[in-house]
Amino acid sequence: MRIVVLVKYVPDIDADRRFEDCRVVRTPGEGTLNELDENALEAALRIVESLDDDARTAAEVVALTVAPEQGDLALRKAFQMGVDRGVRVSDDALAGSDYAGTAAALAAAVRRLEADGPVDLVITGMAALDGLGSVVPALVAAELGRPALTFAKKVALTDGVLEVVRETDEATETLSAPLPALLSVADTANTPRMPNFKLIMAARTKAIEAWTLADLGLDAALVGDAGARTTTTHAAPRPARPEVELVQDKGSGGKDLAEYLIRHDLV
Amino acid sequence: MTNRTVLVLLDPAAEVRSSVLELLTIGRDLGRVEVVTLESPSVEALARLGTHGVETVHQAELPAAVRGDARHLPAVVAATLAAAVRRTDADVVLAPSTFAAKEAVALAGHALGAGVIIDAAGVTEDADGRIVGTKRVFAGSWDTTSVVTTDVALLTVRANAVVPKPADAAVATEVEGFAVPVDAPLPAVTQRVPVVRDAARPTLEEAAVVVAGGRGTGGDFGPVEDLADALGAAVGASRDAVFEGWFDRYVGQTGVTVAPRLYIGAGISGAPHHRGGMQASQVIVAVNADPEAPIFEICDFAVVGDLADVLPQAAEVIRAHKAAR
Repeated sequence: MRIVVLVKYVPDIDADRRFEDCRVVRTPGEGTLNELDENALEAALRIVESLDDDARTAAEVVALTVAPEQGDLALRKAFQMGVDRGVRVSDDALAGSDYAGTAAALAAAVRRLEADGPVDLVITGMAALDGLGSVVPALVAAELGRPALTFAKKVALTDGVLEVVRETDEATETLSAPLPALLSVADTANTPRMPNFKLIMAARTKAIEAWTLADLGLDAALVGDAGARTTTTHAAPRPARPEVELVQDKGSGGKDLAEYLIRHDLV
Repeated sequence: MTNRTVLVLLDPAAEVRSSVLELLTIGRDLGRVEVVTLESPSVEALARLGTHGVETVHQAELPAAVRGDARHLPAVVAATLAAAVRRTDADVVLAPSTFAAKEAVALAGHALGAGVIIDAAGVTEDADGRIVGTKRVFAGSWDTTSVVTTDVALLTVRANAVVPKPADAAVATEVEGFAVPVDAPLPAVTQRVPVVRDAARPTLEEAAVVVAGGRGTGGDFGPVEDLADALGAAVGASRDAVFEGWFDRYVGQTGVTVAPRLYIGAGISGAPHHRGGMQASQVIVAVNADPEAPIFEICDFAVVGDLADVLPQAAEVIRAHKAAR
């Protein structure tokens, strides 16, 4: 069993997230592993732990990211949770990639990993907490020609068949597909484990493989600004809200609230 | 107004919800609006589409293997949208920002080699006639503008982007079938249980007013529902409250992201996760017993007090106000 977990380095949700020249600023020290990718890592590790002894020994979990060098922070966190291998795809030509460009680079890296042996499962989080588009998993599946089982809240793998339960806005669905497949997990799928002390120590020095587009055999015209089909032309912080009108409830707080709504034509 | 063709996704096709009415309203400003469905629209839906100026509904005729529940899989919806664009030579595709529709739109863009904007808060055109999408990102703290640089533009649009309004004149709506080839590898749908909607309340995704309850409710959502009923609002919760089992759907950046005209958070502290799901709301009101709650930093009006006292009193005044109108 070989599993590739797609992880992303994103600005810390508590940091001052911002744009410069219409691009998200990713400064070292203010970024982190996308929290929702911890659920993906947890799902991968649990699948491996559920295998019998021989299969578990032969199994491999690879964390893969497309990021500049600081993306290593995300891979270090993945090592702390227990993945075997970390791969980062970095290339100046990737700057400005849209959803399709990002998916093309991730899929090319998965295909490169397949040169050493089949990848049975690609696992992702449900979304990245910077863009929140949540469409890259489905696009990677399309690039790889695999069925996509996304937003899983329950995951089971039995005899090479993956079965998930998911809740969409319209329905609760049970989906199944034989491997190879792509799985994205919701934040309700599991509780990610805490980093293990022994692994924390080992993660500091574990080698990270850095690949370029040339290593992937991917045409630079398909990714980054060159391949993007949308251009962000403007990015500005929203104006601050006016100061809050704060009322202490001394018996008429509800009346005050209702009057505020009526005064502002919100009723 | 140009001679563009704008396709709007209607899935399911039993009813035309307010989010779709918004898309039809946006679409009419961009060109001629047609609708794409995966199944036969209901009589009510057709009548509604007619009042919104839709003359043509393109209904997918799918291969036998993907009829039934599989027709709603994003890869199938994507194949349908791509085939509909090719058939009609459409310039723009609009869909609501649900998780499934987002995937479908992105996959259709992939198949067509076209630009995609997900979660637009507004759609317009620039001086060169290119489609422009505005977005609110980073928990509503930044506004961005993006231009689609390909001939075809596909967008998912968040609810409450515009106020829906019918066309100047109603039209007769015709349904035309069209064959859709599906060659993507699909998972099997072994079970599908549609969500039962509360007919008395708007849905969380689409509501113009949302009242949400958190840990401060202690599990009693009665006051939250009472105020929501007085306002005709949808009810939501914080992630904590859902994980406690007190309510079923949460507002948050990984739950339902809302941007209503009015959001009222009761007993919600305002952790980053929750703020990411509601901070783009136009007017934010908070009720919390803790004067240090972070939600007070991002709201327009706040009451420091017990929600069990404040909400029912507000509901009573609002009901009296409505009755007097």
